[in-house]
Amino acid sequence: PVSLPSAVGQCGNQVGCRFWDLALREHAAVNKKGIYDEALSSFFRNVDTRSGGDGPDIYKGKIRSLKARALLIDMEEGVVNEILQGPLRDVFDSTQLITDVSGSGNNWAVGHKLYGSQYGENIVEKLRKTAEHCDCLQSFFIIHSMGGGTGSGLGTFVLNLLEDEFPEVYRFVTAVYPSGEDDVITSPYNSVLAMKELNEHADCVLPIENESLFDIVNKIHQMVNSGKLGSTVKQNSLVTSSAGSAKTVQEKPFDAMNNIVANLLLNLTSSARFEGSLNMDLNEISMNLVPFPRLHYLVSSLTPLYTLADVNVPSRRLDQMFSDAFSRDHQLIRADPKHSLYLACALLVRGNVQVSDLRRNIERLKPSLHFVSWNQEGWKTGLCSIPPVGHSHSLLALANNTCVKPTFVELRDRFMKLYKKKAHLHHYLHVDGMEQSCFSEAIASLSDLIEEYNELDATKGGPRTDPSRLKIAV
Amino acid sequence: MSIVTVQLGQCGNQIGHEVFNAICSDVRGTHGLCSKKENESYHDACKERFFCEEGAEVPVARAVLVDMEPKVISQTLSMAARSGYWKYGDGSHFCQKQGSGNNWANGYSVHGPRHKEAIMNLVQKEVEKCDRLGGFFTIMSMAGGTGSGLGAFVTQCLRDAFPTSFLLNHVIWPYGTGEVIVQNYNSVLTLSHLYQSSDALLVHENDVIHKICAQLMHIKQISFRDVNQVLAHQLGSVFQPAYRAAGGSHYSRNPLGDLMEKLVPHPEFKMLGLRNIPQMPENSLAYSTFSWPGLIKHLRQMLIANAKMEEGIDWQVRPPPRGSSIPSSHSTNKPLHFNTSIANLVVLRGKDVHSADLGSFQDPSLYTSWLNPQDAFNVWKTPRAFNKYEKSASLVSNSQFLLKPLDNVVGKAWNMFASKAYIHQYTKFGIEEEDFLDSFTALEQVLSSYTSL
Repeated sequence: PVSLPSAVGQCGNQVGCRFWDLALREHAAVNKKGIYDEALSSFFRNVDTRSGGDGPDIYKGKIRSLKARALLIDMEEGVVNEILQGPLRDVFDSTQLITDVSGSGNNWAVGHKLYGSQYGENIVEKLRKTAEHCDCLQSFFIIHSMGGGTGSGLGTFVLNLLEDEFPEVYRFVTAVYPSGEDDVITSPYNSVLAMKELNEHADCVLPIENESLFDIVNKIHQMVNSGKLGSTVKQNSLVTSSAGSAKTVQEKPFDAMNNIVANLLLNLTSSARFEGSLNMDLNEISMNLVPFPRLHYLVSSLTPLYTLADVNVPSRRLDQMFSDAFSRDHQLIRADPKHSLYLACALLVRGNVQVSDLRRNIERLKPSLHFVSWNQEGWKTGLCSIPPVGHSHSLLALANNTCVKPTFVELRDRFMKLYKKKAHLHHYLHVDGMEQSCFSEAIASLSDLIEEYNELDATKGGPRTDPSRLKIAV
Repeated sequence: MSIVTVQLGQCGNQIGHEVFNAICSDVRGTHGLCSKKENESYHDACKERFFCEEGAEVPVARAVLVDMEPKVISQTLSMAARSGYWKYGDGSHFCQKQGSGNNWANGYSVHGPRHKEAIMNLVQKEVEKCDRLGGFFTIMSMAGGTGSGLGAFVTQCLRDAFPTSFLLNHVIWPYGTGEVIVQNYNSVLTLSHLYQSSDALLVHENDVIHKICAQLMHIKQISFRDVNQVLAHQLGSVFQPAYRAAGGSHYSRNPLGDLMEKLVPHPEFKMLGLRNIPQMPENSLAYSTFSWPGLIKHLRQMLIANAKMEEGIDWQVRPPPRGSSIPSSHSTNKPLHFNTSIANLVVLRGKDVHSADLGSFQDPSLYTSWLNPQDAFNVWKTPRAFNKYEKSASLVSNSQFLLKPLDNVVGKAWNMFASKAYIHQYTKFGIEEEDFLDSFTALEQVLSSYTSL
């Protein structure tokens, strides 16, 4: 089944660029014969470009020219242009791009209302065209930051479009949330306005925080340079690395962090692309991890962060991988799931791991985790045979846990700090279609969400009384 | 008579493949411990039952493969072909790209009606290849979306299209913890629907087979493949050709019919459990000897004490003394130590099978009073050994075996339903709260019936 990523805004496109690069690397490692197969078709079309430009799709046989199934949207040209001039230029063509020059000025209203109405039709048309090339479109991925103007505003506009035009296709959003020290003053406004859209129109959101990514990068840096490990680390196994991909020199400071997010998406879709003894498709993730429509924010953690060049992997190492997935060091957002309430948890394992390894580790870790009373065995698992590049196995954990609440509460507080003083509001209200009610509705939506988490938290540790069963007349 | 197998979803297809593998490998083996003539007779009976030889180089399994995503079927087809000993028919599979998302409603209400024609056409094709149709054997998991939801729909279609054919559903119960979060919902919906269309549900529990792999087969890193192979062995031990009557001269031609007739006297009681002993790693077989009295004694105690495998049998459990009234337990919370049976079938295969004495299984205190003990118990004895086991004994039982597991599943599902968690995912595809309630009611009825045995 096909997944269609759309990158919106600067952050989204930088992550997107890393994603396509690493996706190609992953498929090259697996697909030795150069045959265009089902796995590749999840993300790439196979096109014969000898006839110039955009040739017809080739569904079988040798790989000719791979084109990413993607949409790249930015209201500034810088990032997209760089992609088109870089080693990935042949993977995209002009029909997949929507750009402008002036940017959104870190203003959600500009992104959502102004550019939304301006480019809406264009975007729909290009989406339809891209979707037409897909044999079976299962999900959309939107990648954007929350704190800016384009990713946040136009990105959530696109989210709305997707729901209207393709109501049956799942919408996953990878959203990068701003930190407290974000240098964009209006990022709380942008984030909260975007949150309302995510609450109402996304099927699943994977919130990411730059600080967590940064911490992971640092941790790896320390490990690699400390000399403590005693063996060399496999370069291409680093979750932050671009080694082996088209981009051989890491130029930008964000590349390492963006690689982490790219790896997240690759692992998330691995079981849908590659075979395994217990497949986990994206629609299954949505089905199992979202017990109530608005509670769809998932904490993600990735392990391992690197693999040593040693070939001998004792099975203790395997269990360590599971423990690490539940360690805060491996999470892509700062939160404390162990001291909050799990609504559901998914474990997507790749590589040479069998069901007994899964079960052993679930049994081992369960006692230290709090699950909501109606989902005490709330585990969803997947086994994909193909490991990521450089690893013999890996694990992606997705948790629907009330630990995201503090992140949202903090966001609300930062928003209120500005809103009470009406700081910078005029920049937003100037934009056609933008009214004060947009703000009040957005903050209400966020408050309602926080309240839903509160209600669940209140059940934690309480007495467990199972509801009485139906009585049947004998 | 031939059996048409319908493999549904990832689980159904993975298991189906192992079943045909096991059957084929058994037939090919020289370990039959019987005369060449006997072997050939077995071979022919097996072929007629499970394979078609329409001029192909290798026998073609009488099977229809259905899945809503392509990867598993693709793998299954190629693995079978690679074996060199058998394969699936070229046009015998149907798949889509989407999957069912572990959503029973999606499998049942969307995929079912949408693909009914295509799937039933494949079934019809397979049926037409049979000289005589002995019935359908469907394999599915009840935890996911396709096997469970689409499987329930297809079962209904099979019943409608072939009202007089035997229909046996092989249902896999997922691990208690963590395969699919909504597995209990899917299970409740599946079981309640199957109960209406199917003749009998033959159940295998992943947890049980897993334990067998760990404790009896001594497998360290147990994979689904390992689990499925043990399962396939157990199924093969029942469905490979067998003599129905003592001193029979030809193999029974109607295995499904025979099974149903013996084991399912009443439509309210359709849950069948399966036990097979001995089970051990292949390389231990050569060093082990078995006696029929020993095997039969163990199997009987496994029945009485509801033991899932040969290790850890509770020998303290005894049938109630004759003539005493058995206090019927109204609450399923009380542990039911003694497993009451409605009917049992024992299938013995191997050396000196005719010397085996099964009088202990005819003890009336094992059974409810509805049937004469002679009718409640049946045995099939076949001298031809199965799958390298010098002696092999299987028990198919319509008893309280599955009472506790069913109660667990219903209980967990009900607990989740009370909070309304995940219900929106089902109503999205047309399964409403009332549908859930109907299913719960139906299963509480089944539980009540089995409890009051």
